Amino acid sequence: MSQGKPHQKTPQTVNRTPLTVNPCLDMTMTKNPKPNYISTTNACKLCTPLGASLAFKGIEGAVPYLHGSQGCATYMRRYIISHFDEPIDIASSSLSEKHAVYGGGPNLKLGLLNVTKKYQPQLIGIATTCLTETIGDDVKLFLNEYDRDVEGDKPLMIQVSTPSYNGTHMEGFHNAVASVVETLATKDDGGSGSADTINILPGFVSPADIRYLKEVVADFGIKATILPDISETMDGVAAKTYDKIQPGGTPLAAIKAMGGNLATLEFGHTMAEGSGGMILQQRFTVACSQMALPMGITASDQFFAELSRLSGRPTPSKHALERGRLVDSYVDGHKYIYGKKAIVYGEEDLVVGLTAFLAEIGVMPVLCASGGRSGKLAGRIAQATGDLLPKPPQVFEGMDFFEISEMAEGLEPDLLVGHSKGYPLARKLEIPMIRVGFPIHDRMGGQRIQHIGYRGAQGLFDLVVNAMIAKKQSDSAVGYSYM
Amino acid sequence: MEAALDERQNQIHRTGEQPFNIVCDKDSLAGAVSQRACVFCGSRVVLYPIADALHLVHGPIGCAVYTWDIRGALSSGPELHRLSFSTDLQELDVIFGGEKKLYAALIELIERHSPKAAFVYSTCIVGIIGDDLEAVAKKVEAETGIPVIPVKSEGFMGNKRAGYTAACNAMARLVGTGDTSAISPHSINILGDFNLAGEIWMVREYFHKIGVEVVANITGDGRVADLQRAHGAALNVVQCSGSTMDLARIMEDEYGVPSIRVSYFGVEDMAQALYDVAGHFNDAELLRRTRELVKEELEVLLPKLEFYKEALTGKKAAIYVGGSFKAFSLVKAFRLLGMDVTMVGSQTGTEAEYRELAEITDPGTIIVDDTNPLELTSFLEEKEVDIFVGGVKERPIAYKLGVGFCDHNHERKEALAGFVGMLNFAEEVYSSVMSPIWRFTK
Repeated sequence: MSQGKPHQKTPQTVNRTPLTVNPCLDMTMTKNPKPNYISTTNACKLCTPLGASLAFKGIEGAVPYLHGSQGCATYMRRYIISHFDEPIDIASSSLSEKHAVYGGGPNLKLGLLNVTKKYQPQLIGIATTCLTETIGDDVKLFLNEYDRDVEGDKPLMIQVSTPSYNGTHMEGFHNAVASVVETLATKDDGGSGSADTINILPGFVSPADIRYLKEVVADFGIKATILPDISETMDGVAAKTYDKIQPGGTPLAAIKAMGGNLATLEFGHTMAEGSGGMILQQRFTVACSQMALPMGITASDQFFAELSRLSGRPTPSKHALERGRLVDSYVDGHKYIYGKKAIVYGEEDLVVGLTAFLAEIGVMPVLCASGGRSGKLAGRIAQATGDLLPKPPQVFEGMDFFEISEMAEGLEPDLLVGHSKGYPLARKLEIPMIRVGFPIHDRMGGQRIQHIGYRGAQGLFDLVVNAMIAKKQSDSAVGYSYM
Repeated sequence: MEAALDERQNQIHRTGEQPFNIVCDKDSLAGAVSQRACVFCGSRVVLYPIADALHLVHGPIGCAVYTWDIRGALSSGPELHRLSFSTDLQELDVIFGGEKKLYAALIELIERHSPKAAFVYSTCIVGIIGDDLEAVAKKVEAETGIPVIPVKSEGFMGNKRAGYTAACNAMARLVGTGDTSAISPHSINILGDFNLAGEIWMVREYFHKIGVEVVANITGDGRVADLQRAHGAALNVVQCSGSTMDLARIMEDEYGVPSIRVSYFGVEDMAQALYDVAGHFNDAELLRRTRELVKEELEVLLPKLEFYKEALTGKKAAIYVGGSFKAFSLVKAFRLLGMDVTMVGSQTGTEAEYRELAEITDPGTIIVDDTNPLELTSFLEEKEVDIFVGGVKERPIAYKLGVGFCDHNHERKEALAGFVGMLNFAEEVYSSVMSPIWRFTK
């Protein structure tokens, strides 16, 4: 948080010297002055309960539930629907003034009863909001009372603390996953955990990414519990009847067995300690390999090597061939993109993955920005890009789009890589934008974008190369149809 | 499936099947998954299109980021309204209070953007930690010389209607501070049109043609200076029923400006709006020009509509919108296309409006207040509708059921008001209902 002095007009906020002529030899990544504005304009992050709601949507039979005022749930539903084009029902305790004064317990319980009656869920995932965190509602206590006072079959209740003044939607997402694991996972639950099943905690990736993970794991001849699994719940089929709760999601039984499984692969390095994978390791001694999102060849190789090690099998030929074709295309396309400058923004782990991918294909990330503040972004980017980049990018946490835009002016980027909210900047700079991550609000198919693995890299590579070719083509006075 | 929870049964009415009785304007039921948002949302949507004002959301980031550039409200000049400003309160601000940060953010943003006024929106948390927005606003106003206006929009302080009231109270602080000389006696303010896809420009053009001066757009393509002199207009012409009527009432009480309610959706209501305004001024020449304009427009429009009417006659429609006044126009517009409305509801309708809906709809029509996805699903299935009119949150419900959809909410990018808007509306409905893709979902 930047508590600047009033009226301090944030001097030397931006290095406006174009980097192309900047003789600066400073190779460390965070020495450039970061803008230090007090206000936030066009945030590059969302609030914590949104991430928690999405994580709960990846559990079979679950309904996300926000303990707060009605608007939070409705706003997040609209935001999520606009990306996935799928229904997402997020319940709310719809607190009003008197509840804010006397406590939200009664409405929380009434809401749980109503959700149970209407949806018959297996699980209700309850996330708090800034309102209920600030009035000091003790949700755990309310849930204990509910459990004591309400008779009959009740869904499982899982609670996560997600005050929106603390962290971004990614903290909400990871904390919800950790809560689910902490509450449900056991070891030797009737022997259901097994030595040929691994846990994958993929973080916030697309439904297409999760479908791909399932396919890859199956091709290695092993099983996986992927938590959360939004591959069907947030990218469903056209159905004859309306499902109150969309089918799919990680089965509860599988989550319960996670403590007895062979190992855990957890994507992402920027989450706080106490992640789902770490809980499984500490409580049940399930070895956890934390790895970067497998984006690009280098990171995907690590992922496939890990699956190889765990399954005892080599990479199946289907995937070896995909890798081979990917390398082949890298060769075919490399000259169109070498040295092109990119601005990458979004969630921290996604930014790390994208930056590593861009670096390995010869694109030069010049600015890597996130609204998150893990304190780990620059280090992880340095590690992921190794010696690939002749000049490291500027890396900043806690950024908004005003700051990104201001810095962009001096950087002369050739392309933007990130979600839809960068579009005004791409339009202003008249450069192409590669849409990845969340939200995709200005195109179809955000839920079907594949980011990970050799196949994901192939898709992204073609997009990046074609964006550069298309730009050259449309800028050309001649209008070649043969580029 | 039982459609509704017991507590919600009295918010659902079926025309002709029981005596009229509907309960509305009550807080949403916990756990019912209301389609409504909150007080903040109500204020934000109303004030949003004022394009030369700074709109600063005081609170954690969510409220600002979910309302960034979401309305299709166009501006003919400045576009400050399309940016999302927040104080992005952090844990320490919540503990120690956010006033200092708010002050500094206001000064910073006013220096950067030179807005004509600043609106500061309260969010839930501000109501709890007790920041004194009035004091901060006063101080910044004194230092910067522009109006700085707190909007009392704490999310939990009522429902969306309370947010409309808060927005109107905020605007009322601007009204009455500008110079009203040189305003024509035949002058109006347009209230409750938000210039989605340029609609207010179309409507203004109609008024211009019949000889009526528009003083202030409230709030589509709105300007602070226009609001400040809005009390000089002879008449307030109010569309969107819930959202701006409060301002009209305030202006009637304080400045004696009378108001009429109109709608620009559909042929009948658009024409009626022009006639009502002309009638108010009781000027023969004005009335003559109005008749001429309507005649000219209809001569072009009606033959074009025939094509759609032929294709759509007998198809069934369902409507769920924010305010129920718009629903009247939609019922009439569907009738003009030969279609049957089988369900109509709104987030924030009043009892009088629902009563009127019950009077104009066919027997068996479902009328519903503050509904939710599962109820909507059961209504759409029961009535076997061909098209559902609503907003983004209603769209996946329609599509999952294999039902066509028309966006009539504030995110839309198609102009549906005015005479041209009726044609666009017909095209919108037609292009969804008649698409060949539905054969795969059956």
